[in-house]
Amino acid sequence: MTRTRSFNEVLLAVENISLSFGGVKALSDISFDIAKGEIRAIIGPNGAGKSSMLNCINGFYHPQQGAITYKGVRRSQMRPHQAAEQGIGRTFQNIALFRGMSTLDNIMTGRNLRMKTGLFWQALRIGPAAREEIEHRKVVEHIIDFLEIQHIRKVPVGQLPYGLQKRVELGRALAAQPELLLLDEPMAGMNIEEKQDMCRFVLDVNDEFGTTICLIEHDMGVVMDISDRVVVLDYGKKIGDGVPDEIKGNQAVIDAYLGVSH
Amino acid sequence: MFYREAGQYKASYQADQAIFPIAQDRIVVVALLAVAFLVVPFVVSEYTYRAVLIPVVILSLAAIGLNVLMGYCGQVSLGSGAFMAVGAYAAFNLSVRLPFLNPFVCILLGGFVAAGVGIAFGVPSLRIKGFYLACATLAAQFFADWAFLRIKWFTNYTPSGSVNAPPLQAFGYDLSSPTANYLVSLVFAVVLGLAAKNIVRGHVGRQWMAIRDMDIAAEIIGVRPMYAKLTAFAVSSFLIGVAGGLWAFVYLGSWEPAAFSIDRSFQLMFMVIIGGLGSILGSVLGAAFIVLLPIFLNQALPPLGALFGWKISTATVSHFESMIFGALIVFFLIVEPHGLARLWSVAKEKLRLWPFPH
Amino acid sequence: MAFFLEVLIGGLLAGVLYSLVALGFVLIFKASGVFNFAQGAMVLTAALALVRTLDIAQKEWHWPFGLALAAGFAFAAVVMAVIAWAAERMVLRKLVNQEGIILFMATIGMTFFIEGLAQTLFGADVYPLNIGLPKEPVFILESVFDGGILVNELDIWAAVIAGLLVAGLALFFQRTRIGRALRAVADDHAAAQSVGIPLNQIWFIVWLVAGLVALVAGAVWGSKLGVQFSLSLLALKALPVLILGGFTSVPGAIIGGLIIGAGEKLAEVFVGPSMGGGIEIWFAYVLALLFLLVRPQGLFGERIIERV
Repeated sequence: MTRTRSFNEVLLAVENISLSFGGVKALSDISFDIAKGEIRAIIGPNGAGKSSMLNCINGFYHPQQGAITYKGVRRSQMRPHQAAEQGIGRTFQNIALFRGMSTLDNIMTGRNLRMKTGLFWQALRIGPAAREEIEHRKVVEHIIDFLEIQHIRKVPVGQLPYGLQKRVELGRALAAQPELLLLDEPMAGMNIEEKQDMCRFVLDVNDEFGTTICLIEHDMGVVMDISDRVVVLDYGKKIGDGVPDEIKGNQAVIDAYLGVSH
Repeated sequence: MFYREAGQYKASYQADQAIFPIAQDRIVVVALLAVAFLVVPFVVSEYTYRAVLIPVVILSLAAIGLNVLMGYCGQVSLGSGAFMAVGAYAAFNLSVRLPFLNPFVCILLGGFVAAGVGIAFGVPSLRIKGFYLACATLAAQFFADWAFLRIKWFTNYTPSGSVNAPPLQAFGYDLSSPTANYLVSLVFAVVLGLAAKNIVRGHVGRQWMAIRDMDIAAEIIGVRPMYAKLTAFAVSSFLIGVAGGLWAFVYLGSWEPAAFSIDRSFQLMFMVIIGGLGSILGSVLGAAFIVLLPIFLNQALPPLGALFGWKISTATVSHFESMIFGALIVFFLIVEPHGLARLWSVAKEKLRLWPFPH
Repeated sequence: MAFFLEVLIGGLLAGVLYSLVALGFVLIFKASGVFNFAQGAMVLTAALALVRTLDIAQKEWHWPFGLALAAGFAFAAVVMAVIAWAAERMVLRKLVNQEGIILFMATIGMTFFIEGLAQTLFGADVYPLNIGLPKEPVFILESVFDGGILVNELDIWAAVIAGLLVAGLALFFQRTRIGRALRAVADDHAAAQSVGIPLNQIWFIVWLVAGLVALVAGAVWGSKLGVQFSLSLLALKALPVLILGGFTSVPGAIIGGLIIGAGEKLAEVFVGPSMGGGIEIWFAYVLALLFLLVRPQGLFGERIIERV
């Protein structure tokens, strides 16, 4: 399946981002944009700076140079929770679930931003606090249904197999109803069947909720199939940007992956 | 056989989110409360009140407070004794300076003062983790030890440094009898314990646990670490402060700063670890265990030693106590970090199937 | 001025003792990432084992002083080895890969166990300890200041011993095969294991070395104050020392100890009276706390970069 969809509105634009740790340059002068509604992939060999890029977008790293424009607002520095408040959700390369909590509680935590009742009502758990809890539980149950994880609702996530943990993590990110969802290797370490499930979920999220998705993935088959546009990083530099078919024919990208000497 | 949940269907999210979703649990809890409130006062001796019941009840509340911070929010505190002291001395000062206030109102307000001090000491913890926070709370402990000893205003310039609680009464009733002491403490512990349970199973509690389990991920999904940690500090210090006020007013009657020394902090920490990190029930079990074990050892060890011809002094008993506590801490951390509470839920799992093996 | 110097020097020399305890913490933290709360209990146990053996050997067996002293140190060293072995075998090995905070709490449990056991076995009184260090107060710099500056000779010896100990440890870490292995383990457990360094053995050695450092600290401290339970509490002062110096730095432990020692003595003498006295008990902690706000990694600690 090759999809050709067109998008007009830019949701997020990265301009001339440079990031270094001490003497190591992780990203140098990267620019690209993410259009509203598309599935955008970031690919590149290991150590190319893909995760660092996501970390910059959601405020975990602060680039030394460049700016990020999100929903028309330029920003210099922000904290990760502010990114979350503005509608940027995220999953991690190494699963970052709350291991001591159940699936349900993990996903409920994703609703946290929208839960406002104060300590006093929380302590009594009547009135607004009880209503709020039920209301959000409904949303969360909808996500649980969507991801087909009803059976593990009350299981502590530490006990779940890897593939399900990845799914719960996606659920937690979805619970916040983000406008932009950053997925860091959502299919790494999965078998074919799990990968197919995950692809389906990603596409469905994009279709049903209209969520813009930016994902990092190593499986080229998956990337070329599901993404609208691809950006390619190598050694912290951008070496390609375009629709999947362009990327397939891009000599610099082929060299980076086949390892031509620089 | 009797502990089955088959056939109990939950038709609403409300029922599923109830505090005790299983009917048998509800019955047991109601029965326990009925015994604690209605039966105990008629059958228990004064010694049992003073040596067992009142300490267990008040220290349970303090342990719940510490568990909020340590078990739910994952922040180690070695200074809970200090926050008990703050609660106690704040209640004392309120009762001295505003004599028209009911002593129990003073205790509650003392809790709020402790929450304020907790936040003040919690602020440095926003930047630091783990051992560093342990050190910050030690600072609180030693500073409180010193302040209540040396700053005479806190003790209302009493020459001995020891202070007395106001007479305990409410609505014209004298509440100084051991039975009344016990019932009052129980009311405080049950009401505040329930409130704590409600908070930890709501969104604030989930925030705390998110910070505990993985602070970076929590921040990225929108939990503000500062807010989450500070609320945990505030709630924890409030509960510990109220427990401190009760300990001083209801249990001790008159006290010195040594009543809230670092030993108290360690005692509470042991209750939380042995009872179960991240469990309200565990806090209560832990408190009961830590209060009862020394009593048991004092009774059991000297005769046991006599069997072998050893003379066991009280000092030796206390050294044994220290060894047993230490060994239990290590044991629980290795084998069952969720403590007695987890053992309890394993027992319930077994009971579900009993008498059938599978 | 002379009085100020006297207080300062007294504080610095007391700080040397804090440094000695902090050193034990740093060794274990570097090699195993464990914040060993039991270091204070180890100081107490070592000192008790030493003083009791010394007493019995001298008074009951009538051994000459030198031989009794050697026996005391030998026995205390054996006790430290047993503790190191037990810590590695029964605690650390079972808690491998747990979070630091769990290990920290486990060492608190160990603290209580070791304290209880040591006092059951060796007694719980105050035992004066004499290991042959002179204790007379002496006056120095009499030519500069009128009447000179009063210092305790024992404190000077303590400083000399601490200096020798640090030099010895530095040599051990830099020049020996075991030292190199220790540094490798400190850098990366898994990597060290993969090149064939036996982790368990290394942990045992580190705990043993920390135990021997505790023995030296206990001997010096016991000579100064008498061997008693409060030794284990004084060891808590190592916490602010570490925050000041950084958890992974040996020079940090030394300098942090000196700053804390001098700072709290100066504060007690010059600020204390206006605050009702006795501020020594919390000054170090509050100083460390304020310092945390400015430089969380300590004077010599490594900056922590977090990754996701």
